[in-house]
Amino acid sequence: MLGNGIIKGLAETARNFFGSYVDKERLTTVQFPEERLPQIEGTRDFPFLVYDGDDWEKGLRCVSCHICEKECPPKCIFIEKSKDKKPDAVGKLQFYPVRFDIDVSVCMSCQICVEVCPFDAIKMDVEFELSSDDRFGGLLHHKDKLAKSNEYYHKIHPTEAAAVDAALAEDREKEKEKQKQAAAAAAAAAAAKAAAAANPPPAAETNTDASSKEETK
Amino acid sequence: MTLSFLLLAAIAILGAAAAMNLKNAVHCVLALTLGMAGLAALYLQLGAQFVGLTQLLVYVGAVAILAVFAIMLTRSRTGETVAHGSASSRISGALTALLVFAVLAWAIFTGISPQQLSGAQPEASVREVGVALMQRFVLPLEIIGVLLTAALIGAGVLAIEEKGGDR
Amino acid sequence: MPEMIDQIFVLLKHWIMGYVPSGLQPLCSAILSVLPVLVVFPLLFAITTVLERKGLGRMQNRYGPNRAGPWGILQPVADGVKSLTKEDVVPRSADQLVHLMAPILIVIASFLVYSVVPVGRNMVVADLNAGVLFFFAIGSMVELAVFMAGWSSRSKYSLLGAMRAIAQMISYEMPMVLSGVVAIMAAGSLSTVTIVNMQAGYTGIWPHWYLFTPWGITGYILFMIAATAESNRCPFDMPEGESEIIAGYFIEYSGFKFALFFVAEYLGMMASSAMAITLFLGGWAAPFSFLTWIPSWFWFFAKLILMLMVFIWIRGTLPRLRMDQLMNFGWKFMLPLSLINILSAGLWHYLPSGFTRWSVISLLLLLSCFLLSRSLRRNKWFQERTYRFAS
Repeated sequence: MLGNGIIKGLAETARNFFGSYVDKERLTTVQFPEERLPQIEGTRDFPFLVYDGDDWEKGLRCVSCHICEKECPPKCIFIEKSKDKKPDAVGKLQFYPVRFDIDVSVCMSCQICVEVCPFDAIKMDVEFELSSDDRFGGLLHHKDKLAKSNEYYHKIHPTEAAAVDAALAEDREKEKEKQKQAAAAAAAAAAAKAAAAANPPPAAETNTDASSKEETK
Repeated sequence: MTLSFLLLAAIAILGAAAAMNLKNAVHCVLALTLGMAGLAALYLQLGAQFVGLTQLLVYVGAVAILAVFAIMLTRSRTGETVAHGSASSRISGALTALLVFAVLAWAIFTGISPQQLSGAQPEASVREVGVALMQRFVLPLEIIGVLLTAALIGAGVLAIEEKGGDR
Repeated sequence: MPEMIDQIFVLLKHWIMGYVPSGLQPLCSAILSVLPVLVVFPLLFAITTVLERKGLGRMQNRYGPNRAGPWGILQPVADGVKSLTKEDVVPRSADQLVHLMAPILIVIASFLVYSVVPVGRNMVVADLNAGVLFFFAIGSMVELAVFMAGWSSRSKYSLLGAMRAIAQMISYEMPMVLSGVVAIMAAGSLSTVTIVNMQAGYTGIWPHWYLFTPWGITGYILFMIAATAESNRCPFDMPEGESEIIAGYFIEYSGFKFALFFVAEYLGMMASSAMAITLFLGGWAAPFSFLTWIPSWFWFFAKLILMLMVFIWIRGTLPRLRMDQLMNFGWKFMLPLSLINILSAGLWHYLPSGFTRWSVISLLLLLSCFLLSRSLRRNKWFQERTYRFAS
């Protein structure tokens, strides 16, 4: 008979219609601004700059090496390198970005800047409500807006941040080791120098050794 | 000669005139439809509801649509300009128009003038039209019905044969 | 007292007319009759849009619009403001005058139809002698407007949409008229007011609606299917099939002109529903004799909203038909069945009333419906479909 399927379909939609008023489980819609789904740890949206410590201007890990700027496929990063050096979080003298801008409207959230950064200075954020009523200024994020603390990083991506911190700590340990060794070597050299000052000829020998090596090259 | 009559007559005449003079075929059909609608409104104004509404239903609803369909299906490019006729066709057209005018004028002058129609005018209600069609004019109605059915079936047969032409 | 509430709008009009100088009375009377139509039905349109969106949402287990105002009831206001403030873009190669005229004509036609719809006892704008004919005549003007819109836009999608729309409207206009004819036959009049008055009586508590006869319910169902097709609603919305030809004949319209097409579509749907109510559901008559104390206009609008809900329900359920299915259904099922329905309505008139009449006519209609649906599916027995990837 013509119309069986129609009646079945009408029954189904009627069931949905009344069911959606009775059974809240049916309504899968998350009413966004008020309700939000919990973010999974893998959420990534837009890069930010990590800083250590409390003062974002002092603690920025970025040394403005321009690698991310060069690697960025849509070229949304603009960096201006400083002329002078400032001590970073561990006290080492480094260049720092005078200007670090990312254009929201150009960024495609590819995470390549994060992958290429050798200093773990730029990471992906989970913030996605980046729209602005200012077409030009509002979409260009400066470094004051981009800088976010390491604690924040730990909050949004705990596993990854812990790994990064461990790696950084190891690096710093190595650095310290190196520095210690260098210091020891320097001390040794100084001692040697002091010793050489006492009897000069061997020092001159080493000098000639070095020059002769260059000549052979 | 009330204002509404003048207005509706102007619409009907303008529509007809535009249908003859416009360049674009579809515009011509639309103008013709306007003329038909004006005519229907004139019927309605005269109190002939059935005739007026049938005019609207048939000419605006069916004939105009048929005409635009014909234009769309026969022309490769829609809205092509119509070539206006040569001198000979103009003369023959003028002659036809004159002839039609003469016949209409004769009919009007020999017919009953409104002044002679005094007293109770026949009320041409829908019911009476229906009764007349079903009793006095039932044979012509049936013959027209048979004719139209035959035309419809013929059209269908033609269309079907064209579809399966490879047999 | 119930009579007074029933006639409150009529009395109001008479009361206002009492203050109008006699020279202006015809004009003023016309304005007072037309103005409510121009206010009430657009308002109903606004309500329908929000009902439709919320209802469709619920049928798909969504909330539907719920942001503008409490429960989203101000959504039509937001839509109206949006469409009014949008830019009106007209294609450069469009036929400017025809392009402008099409939405105007379609809205005029949609509003004109309401002049013969009796919305309550003594409440009709114009009690025409040939009211039903007027409805169909004006309804056929919509086709012309659709063609004008599609042709003047100079877009292949809109032209395709217009062709589809006209083909569909012509095919379904005939079953629509023929299925309405049974009510005209039973009432013996083309006047909508008379048709409703004929149905306003009661036997016991049951009303004399034409719906409660075998030919009445057949005619009603046929009329509703044809009306759905006439107003280009789902499942007959091929003229505007979004997935195929984007929006059909009004694709090149933007801003308020687009809104006018939208208004016209809904007004057309409401007009068809109103006509179905007038012809088969007893117009403003109450469904039971003990409910006659509720004003007649309430019953009319209650029925109208119920019908609109049915339209929405159907839209939420059925997928779009294919063009050949549509044509086959229209010409091979609807048209013969409406002709048989006319025959059975004639037989009903001459058979003695009682159980035999009921059973004979019902059997005739059911049998023809069965046979026609068989012939519609002849050589087309669908294979049992297997869904390989469904659970």
